[in-house]
Amino acid sequence: MTKKTCYGWAGKILHLNLATGAAHEETPSGEFYRTNLGGRSLGMHVVMPHFRRQWDDPDMPIVLSAGPLTGTGVPMACTGHITSRSPLTGTVGDDTLTGKFPVTLKRAGYDALVLTGHAPEPTGLIIRDSKIFLINAENLITMETGAVFDSLEEHHELRLAKGADAAICIGPAATHGSLLAAVATDRHHLTGRGGLGLCFAAKNLHFIGVSGSEKIAVHDPEALKRANADIMRLLSASPALMGPYGIRHWGTAAFLDLTHTRRITPTDNFRHTFFALTHKVNAPAMAAQGPFKESGCPDCPVQCIKTLPDGRILPGHDALNHFTALLGNADPDMALDGVAMCFALGLDPVSAGATLACNREISGQGYGRAELSEAVRRMAQGGSLGQGSFRFADECGMPETSMTAKQLELPGFDPRGAVGTGLAYALSTRGGSHSRAFPISHEVLRKPVATDRFTFAGKARIIKLAEDTFAGVESLGVCSLALFAAGLEEYARALRAVTGPVAGKLLTAADVALAGERTCMRERIMNSGNGFHEKDDDLPGRFFSDPGTAGPDQEIPAIDRDDFLKARSAYYAVRGLDGHARPLEEKLASLGLNDDGMTDMDDGGAS
Amino acid sequence: MKAMTERYAAKLVACGLCDHEEPLVGGLDAHTFWNRENDTRRELLEPLFEPLGINSLLLARPAEPYRTIVDYLAAKNPKAIMPRDCETRTFLHDIPVCANTEHLGSLLAERKAVVVPGLGIAAKGSVSPEECFVYFSSVCFAAFVLFFSEYLHACRHKGPDQPLQTAFDKAVSGMSASRTEAPSLTIGPFEDETALYAAMAEAGRNVVGLGLVDSFFGNISCLHDNTVFISQTGSSLDELEGCIDPCPQDRSTCAGLTASSELSAHEDVYARTPATCILHGHPKFTVILSMDCTDKQCPNREHCHTACTKERKAATLPIVPGEVGTGPTGLCHTLPPALEHSPGAIVHGHGLFATGSKDFNKPFATMLHAENQCRAEYFNRVREALATLKEA
Repeated sequence: MTKKTCYGWAGKILHLNLATGAAHEETPSGEFYRTNLGGRSLGMHVVMPHFRRQWDDPDMPIVLSAGPLTGTGVPMACTGHITSRSPLTGTVGDDTLTGKFPVTLKRAGYDALVLTGHAPEPTGLIIRDSKIFLINAENLITMETGAVFDSLEEHHELRLAKGADAAICIGPAATHGSLLAAVATDRHHLTGRGGLGLCFAAKNLHFIGVSGSEKIAVHDPEALKRANADIMRLLSASPALMGPYGIRHWGTAAFLDLTHTRRITPTDNFRHTFFALTHKVNAPAMAAQGPFKESGCPDCPVQCIKTLPDGRILPGHDALNHFTALLGNADPDMALDGVAMCFALGLDPVSAGATLACNREISGQGYGRAELSEAVRRMAQGGSLGQGSFRFADECGMPETSMTAKQLELPGFDPRGAVGTGLAYALSTRGGSHSRAFPISHEVLRKPVATDRFTFAGKARIIKLAEDTFAGVESLGVCSLALFAAGLEEYARALRAVTGPVAGKLLTAADVALAGERTCMRERIMNSGNGFHEKDDDLPGRFFSDPGTAGPDQEIPAIDRDDFLKARSAYYAVRGLDGHARPLEEKLASLGLNDDGMTDMDDGGAS
Repeated sequence: MKAMTERYAAKLVACGLCDHEEPLVGGLDAHTFWNRENDTRRELLEPLFEPLGINSLLLARPAEPYRTIVDYLAAKNPKAIMPRDCETRTFLHDIPVCANTEHLGSLLAERKAVVVPGLGIAAKGSVSPEECFVYFSSVCFAAFVLFFSEYLHACRHKGPDQPLQTAFDKAVSGMSASRTEAPSLTIGPFEDETALYAAMAEAGRNVVGLGLVDSFFGNISCLHDNTVFISQTGSSLDELEGCIDPCPQDRSTCAGLTASSELSAHEDVYARTPATCILHGHPKFTVILSMDCTDKQCPNREHCHTACTKERKAATLPIVPGEVGTGPTGLCHTLPPALEHSPGAIVHGHGLFATGSKDFNKPFATMLHAENQCRAEYFNRVREALATLKEA
């Protein structure tokens, strides 16, 4: 698209080879944007031709991509996506990119940044309004993430504190080869589950700073105003987002009390589902340390990221659960310190907490403050704990103690009291994650309506549809938390106002859902082509053999294995996969993905 | 899934929203299930599941008086019906009219429910047939409010034309008679939480039973031992068992995360008044009168629901602006002050909140009385308008 006709999108993708410093700008057509939108969908599109490459192959791209709604003023449209291949799991490796970076990348002139090659020396990248600067980062490679951000402000004139510019960086965990290495963004955000920080280290790239002054053009500002009002009305009506106990006030840490009352709190490495001392470590207990400060994405009305007066981050629900109940820890300071260390070291706190819990079960020894601190530091130095619980438990001869799906540590909702959530964990293309379909939304939060959390009835299709919707929304640059309140119906209206006709036609909710479905199928193609089949779409045996912790009026039975397998088979049928989780040819054809299909895989890079 | 389709088809009939054997409800998991296997309308709906990316569909003609109302509004608005009540504004946005069933898929792709002249209302869901039930019910409610508002407006201007008058007469004849006697509800104060839960469920069932609210709309709460017990978001007032959240006022837990979106308003009412019980419903004529303002010159004319500054009343209760939830124009800012000096208050285009200091008998009586007063007042205004028109 030409600049003149480009609304919503920046209209350019920057390809940078870090080995040579060679860069070129791609200016995709309207048809390209119409099909691939941006964010997660665009990321998978770029990675697809390379899907068999190893994560550390210099030609395996890392894609940082924004969406057409990112930074347009649409409520909760502040996000982007990182896509590559996961060092931890070997599956597709992707995560939501939050903070100021996605918006600023667009303002710097790019919808996406595609990084390949291995820089000859430790390198940082700064983009200022389409100008590229590669910088020696030798002095930063052992620094903690906070110090890297300090250095970028001090030595490279990036105005991070004022929010005018943005940056992402890796920390010592990535430099030292931990498979749990994450990516820090804007000091208070951490992304890249599955070890995506290590992908940056493999390219010898330690930070990216962006500064941009371009305005993101909107096709019909008046229509956008109306669409935004509809979305804001729904967000305001959402108890989970904006209610007095909602994320707006307590971050996602609010969920800890919800899992407590439903007896689905993963406790003692998922051996129990109830943590009696939740009240000592829940979000209100953390608030006793002083009022929270908002550190969320720019202009987001929800502001899910909170910091305490002393600068420590209020952990999100999964990290909070794993540094408290999962470890049997009722000391809020110890949890806050543990998570703060993960941020400083560039370590995924969810996988880190789960791996520590695995070690606790194996060793039979708990953690005091000093032991926890030391263990986290060792993880970031790449020791055996730093390789994640799957490898660690296997090394110890107790693989059953690794509570993972596809080797990615499970998050903070126990699947025995929310079986659809368990099915979604098992089916997630990136491993143990709830962020692909989030059935907790209807199994617990009652949105859009409540479903029975103890049965699989109807869940296969619900999960497939939710996966498509989430992938679609994440392709627009909208935070998936928005789906607690609004849907594609509302966001498609905003999209039409922002972009106007694209390749001659207005985009619809169905177009976004289709982009989401294509993305999910591409992830399936990538995984299947790399040897992931039905045996990998599974949960740890503990959930099928051991019941959860019952309450006075509440049984939490073990998951019925037969019901689970039937629901998984139903999902395969709905998704268009065969019994071994391989995409069916006819389904690929119907989605226009024949060229991405299994038969062409050998052209897709080294295996 | 089959059981779910049957459950919500039966509920539509039980609520009086559909006649017996009218609703067709379908659900799709790996296979499609219908509440009625041999219904020819399946041919229209079945192909829509995949392209729409949904798992539930409903098609049914509403029962009277909704059928007459929806048919009239669809004929008058061949593209879309545009109600202005709070439910529509927040959740439905508008209600497309599908004149050609070939376009049903594309219209349902963009909206939760669509009116199909001759066939009724089609609604979709991505999680459960319950969504279809909710949206169907919302369309009936919104259409009712819009229709009676438009009729009153017509009476004040050129007078209703023949199609409108015919539809009005038929709709009125299809309405159930006013219920004037409030039921005798459990007398408070409630001894313990068990008694409190039972009293809340009882009040909820009766609100629905007397037609003061369609099944989904509304919420109910009780203050007990410094804890607000409130119905969960999206809970049916006639099925509150297991759907009440305790919310301690010391903010020691976030377990009330699933509480009604009006929790903030309820909490502030308890903070400002001696009330210990709050009942909130959407009685239709109360909602209609809350939106009936004749000041054409008002600078806030297009923004009455958020910006009205007039001191207005219906059934002696104050009417305040405010939207659902906690936004800057949320009713949590306007409702609690209004309830400081009144046993009830009406939120513009939305519904009635009524308080009691002991149990739900008084708020129930307030709501029932207000709705009956508003219904009578509505027809008074119609008569006055027609008389004025005749004189002119």
